[in-house]
Amino acid sequence: MKVYYKTLKDLPREELFAPGHRMCAGCGAAIAMRWITKTIGPNAVIANATGCVEVTTTPYPETAWMHPYIHVAFENSAAVASGVEAAIKALKRKGMWDAGDTKVVVIAGDGGTYDIGLQSLSGMLERRHGVLYILYDNEAYMNTGIQRSGSTPKYAWTTTTPVGTAVKGKIQWKKDIMGIVTAHRVPYAATASVAYILDMVNKIKTALEYTEEGPTFLHIYAPCVPGWRYPENKTVEIARLAVETGYFPLYEWDHGKLKLNPPSNNHLDKSKRRPLKEYLKLQGRFAHLTEQEIAEIEKELDAYWEYLSRLAQL
Amino acid sequence: MSNLPRASELPIGAVIPEPGSTRRNKTAGWRTLKPVIHDDRCVRCQLCWLYCPEGTIVEIKGVFKVNGRTYDTKYEINYDHCKGCGICANECPTKAIEMVPEAP
Amino acid sequence: MCERMPHQGYRDGAGGSMMQKTKLVEALTGNYAAAYAVKASDVDVIAVYPITPQTTIVEKLSEFVANGELNAELIHVESEHSALSAVVGASAAGARVFTATSSQGLELAHENLHIASGIRLPIVMAVPARALSAPISIHNDYGDVMNARDTGWIIYIVASAQEVYDTIIQAYRVAETANLPAMVAYDGFLVSHTVEPVELNDEEEVRKFLPRPQRPYTLNPKRPVTMGPLASPDWYYEFKYQQATALREAYKLVKDVDALYGEKFGRSYGVVETYRMEDADYAVVTYGGAAYGNAKAAADMARERGIAAGVVRVRLYRPFPTMDLLKALEGVKAFAVLDRAIMFGSPAEGPLYKDVATAMFMHGVDKPAVSVIHGIGQRTMYVEDMYKIYTMLKERPNKEVVFMGVRP
Repeated sequence: MKVYYKTLKDLPREELFAPGHRMCAGCGAAIAMRWITKTIGPNAVIANATGCVEVTTTPYPETAWMHPYIHVAFENSAAVASGVEAAIKALKRKGMWDAGDTKVVVIAGDGGTYDIGLQSLSGMLERRHGVLYILYDNEAYMNTGIQRSGSTPKYAWTTTTPVGTAVKGKIQWKKDIMGIVTAHRVPYAATASVAYILDMVNKIKTALEYTEEGPTFLHIYAPCVPGWRYPENKTVEIARLAVETGYFPLYEWDHGKLKLNPPSNNHLDKSKRRPLKEYLKLQGRFAHLTEQEIAEIEKELDAYWEYLSRLAQL
Repeated sequence: MSNLPRASELPIGAVIPEPGSTRRNKTAGWRTLKPVIHDDRCVRCQLCWLYCPEGTIVEIKGVFKVNGRTYDTKYEINYDHCKGCGICANECPTKAIEMVPEAP
Repeated sequence: MCERMPHQGYRDGAGGSMMQKTKLVEALTGNYAAAYAVKASDVDVIAVYPITPQTTIVEKLSEFVANGELNAELIHVESEHSALSAVVGASAAGARVFTATSSQGLELAHENLHIASGIRLPIVMAVPARALSAPISIHNDYGDVMNARDTGWIIYIVASAQEVYDTIIQAYRVAETANLPAMVAYDGFLVSHTVEPVELNDEEEVRKFLPRPQRPYTLNPKRPVTMGPLASPDWYYEFKYQQATALREAYKLVKDVDALYGEKFGRSYGVVETYRMEDADYAVVTYGGAAYGNAKAAADMARERGIAAGVVRVRLYRPFPTMDLLKALEGVKAFAVLDRAIMFGSPAEGPLYKDVATAMFMHGVDKPAVSVIHGIGQRTMYVEDMYKIYTMLKERPNKEVVFMGVRP
């Protein structure tokens, strides 16, 4: 990534996301929205998929957005953004766009990206629209009351993967969305966590600049208070532990090269990661995990790191 | 019939033409605990301002002398929109923020 | 179905300097006529996805762009749902847009039909009508269009390649004035793939007829707005009411624009077209090229045999042209509505019949009227069949549904 902001003092101060929205107290996605809107700057159009963010920030007649913003449906934010991007291009060519170099940004949740939105995302990536797609991942369909999505981790409790006597939590592993996106050979894709703001905003700005070349993608980890079942003051702590335990590594895919970002760049060595239990046990959705199940998750995590390290060497 | 605007008075297409209008909605009533910044313990790390999900911690520029140190900023909470999540208190490295019960 | 010259004909010399001096006539299919109309209309963004029988529209448009004849962005979307989504986004950003689809594609895009009219975007879409699955059929009937009629779109059903060309241009002006999306539907294959002579307008004149409107709201960082918010029970109804009102008001607008178009380019059609209705006792009311053309031939046949027959073609389907239709049917003793779609489980399965019956009921008109269903899945509608409708009307017109042309 290009380092636009070196220290916290360099960060933009102007709030471009108004308070008074209806997001839960302590919402990880709210932190993400504040920093996304600040970093992309006022000259951008936002296309948002249906979800927690959309519903809590646009209760008619109020809106938290200071940007030009459109919500259409659940599965099509990438297609809508493709249309906006094409319109700006066409209107500029005809001398009819008066706002200069306007960027187009998608904000969508995991439901609207991994599952129902996967097709339109893939289409947008394949067509190489100059759009920055930002995924805020709270690992379930949270807006409808915590149902599992393709992004929900294995064994996690949700209302559609409850912990019962016969089945305990989600059966399948979490889908690798970064793998799917990078398979489209986009110029830039990166993971970020709301606990590492400097890393996140530098990635947002880098990704935004790279939209000159094609589509870019950001996978932001955004913990959810009611969905993950933890007290609302722990959001940043959990987002930090996710990275420190190696569960959610921070990395970038920059023009075909995978690069791990601090502190994840040290975590190839398993001994440098914090024990996974520290991350899991803080969350009620994992409270039922047995030692055996935790060991299974650790094994899968090690395999994932093995895979990442091979990609990093390519 | 309520006093809300009529169809003929509203912008078409349910477009909201006023950006940031949620500011009108004071979410202060959401909280049961309220953060209080003890300025003498604050080292201006900015983390509370950084992590507040509401963006309701305000950075104030000026000259502030605290316990023999001089700072050019101070952080204050705008209680209109604070939902009392406590992330600021949890993240503060010097435990300068205390969550106190909201007055009854 | 050989309706080439609209009934008003050409006015050589009349209109003076507004009329183009040379006539450019091309032999075009209905689909190609649509593509030429889009080219003339200075469209900015086109979403492209193929489906029979629409495909040749987007092929032609792609050719125009590849040859530098059309300055538009083509978005080769990955589904029809994304096609309509993309033009929603592009229109919201202020661009003039176009897309086309049929049948299953229209069904897939369905939720966006409501959203496009809900956000009040002036999208124009061509729909060469095709039957719906299952079983799968690529052939023409109006099942797809009828399924979209309550979505808040302005809907034209046209009958010839010339009319496709003229109506798409008119649709841009209507859509951009009413801030409502507009659909131009026509017979799949029977009009979309049949070659007819089409007089093309001078493109500069078309641009003058379609000046860029001052859009009430667009996605622009200089004037940021939020589109597509969440509306609670305290608010939602008012926006739907706005749509209903706008669609009602569009009735007059469609007529006005059609008349203006006629003054400038010499061709206009009205909202309801009549054939030999001045002294008709019995009428067939229908839509689309194949049905209208054969009904006219049948009316001639009936007239030769002493039946005072006439035909009424509904051109504007939504908003429903109640007053013009009632006026057209004023003098008849009985009429039949020939529908090419089946609304399963309805009190009468013919969709246009239902609309006509409702219009009559609400205006205190009670005439014997038969709902005739024919041409489903492009089942051939013989002139003989249509003639039988007239004899049926003469002998014993009951208010019933007749499924014609089927082997029951």
